[in-house]
Amino acid sequence: MIYPAIFVLAAAISGSLAASRARMRLNFPKNLFTLVFEWFGELGFFCARLFRAALVPPYEFGELLRQCDEIGSKSLPLVALAGAATGVVLSLQTRDSLIRFGAKSFLPSVIVFSIIKESGPIITGLIVSGRVGAGIGAQLGSMRVTEQIDAMEASAVDPYKFLVATRVLACILMLPLLTLASDFCGIFMGWIANMLAEPISLRLFLESGFKNALFSDFIPPTLKTMVFGFIIGLVSCFQGMRTLRGTEGVGRSATSSVVLSSLFVVVADVLLVRLILTIWG
Amino acid sequence: MTNQTNDSLIAIKGLRKAFGKQKVLDGINLQVAKGETVAVLGRSGGGKSVLLKLLIRLQTPDSGSIRIAGEEITRLEEKQLNDVRKKIGFLFQQAALYDSLTVEENVAFPLRRHTNQSAAEQKDRVHELLADVEMDQDLEKLPSQISGGMQKRVGLARALALDPEILLFDEPTAGLDPITATEIGNLILELKKKRHLSAIVVTHDVQGAKAYSDRMVLLHNGAIQAEGSLAELQRSEDGFVAQFVGYGSK
Repeated sequence: MIYPAIFVLAAAISGSLAASRARMRLNFPKNLFTLVFEWFGELGFFCARLFRAALVPPYEFGELLRQCDEIGSKSLPLVALAGAATGVVLSLQTRDSLIRFGAKSFLPSVIVFSIIKESGPIITGLIVSGRVGAGIGAQLGSMRVTEQIDAMEASAVDPYKFLVATRVLACILMLPLLTLASDFCGIFMGWIANMLAEPISLRLFLESGFKNALFSDFIPPTLKTMVFGFIIGLVSCFQGMRTLRGTEGVGRSATSSVVLSSLFVVVADVLLVRLILTIWG
Repeated sequence: MTNQTNDSLIAIKGLRKAFGKQKVLDGINLQVAKGETVAVLGRSGGGKSVLLKLLIRLQTPDSGSIRIAGEEITRLEEKQLNDVRKKIGFLFQQAALYDSLTVEENVAFPLRRHTNQSAAEQKDRVHELLADVEMDQDLEKLPSQISGGMQKRVGLARALALDPEILLFDEPTAGLDPITATEIGNLILELKKKRHLSAIVVTHDVQGAKAYSDRMVLLHNGAIQAEGSLAELQRSEDGFVAQFVGYGSK
């Protein structure tokens, strides 16, 4: 957990500095502090416009469904694969450790709890922020620089309603479902990896894995990914919509969408875990 | 010089726009009557495209008034602004077609958003619009699969989809070969005769503008430097006007 967080933080800082350097070249020199406040200020206005677009009818159900397909079903293979790999690695790593401490019988519980409480949600959040964040940032960025968003506005279509609100909402709705898929694949592949070392039926594995699990172990961590979805959708759309200066700008938007949304997902995870522990214990 | 009429469909008064310290438009006054086509000429970076974007409030002016069909658009709320926008068709410089949609879907886009037509009616309307611009053979192609001239034709069909009263053209012939540019010019002329639309055409193509415009306006240093027919501009004693029109007419 700590290594991905450090990696994301380092990447975020380097990405932000790159963006800052580019802006400093273009505009009069500003310090990083001002740029950060400016960014959050613009994000606030963007958020307000997004909420207004999302709440005021008419609603874009058709486009929302299309985005759910784009963000949800097309991310499913990658998320499932990542979840499965996590399950296998967890099983292999913890098995060895637990044997050393004479606690091998806890292996199913360790795998299940690790996956449903933390690995599944955070891996899904980071994978989606990589795949979807880059996609949204690049797509909206490209539409911005080629005047397609202006053309939409000129056609009396609100791009915040049609492009932004639908993508953010689709991210919010799809993340918990993708997390479920990731959890399922992780637990299933954890069982397979365990079974290769020591045969155990799926039923027995699940029974011992979920023996002490409560709904409060499963529901809050899964639902917290809705916040991840909001962050990924919001940050990526924001970066895409404010793209400037041609293809270089599109590339920058795609990169910064991934970097910033991953960073905020990791930070939000820390805060949400603390919040969940405070509320549910 | 300004053609003041009471039945102006577009009335711009004292329009100002600056980006930082750079004044792009500095007190523009312009009226366009119903059925009139005005060509806006000027040097690159002279604020012509900004003027068009202000007319549809893709950008907001620093000061001044823009009345479209009697509505002061600088103060309109989003919903009312969109009602005005439906009366305006905009052809962008690079056509700005939605690159993930086919030619047919691009033209159908405004119809799907703003009309209650059935799918069959929309299809018929799209075919009719594309036939008007001689693009009804490439319905399933993506914008990246057709040439720049073809993209402009499709952009024009999309701009006409909601039967606008006003058309705004941003450099409709820029980057096109002379034959295609002439074809686009002829299309504008044809539209003018057939639909009796009001239009503002931003262009560098003085000869082309002569063919389809009723009046020319020359922007320079953020202001209207000259206004009138090509012949009137050619007789101007202003050095810049004479030079611009002289070069453009060669």
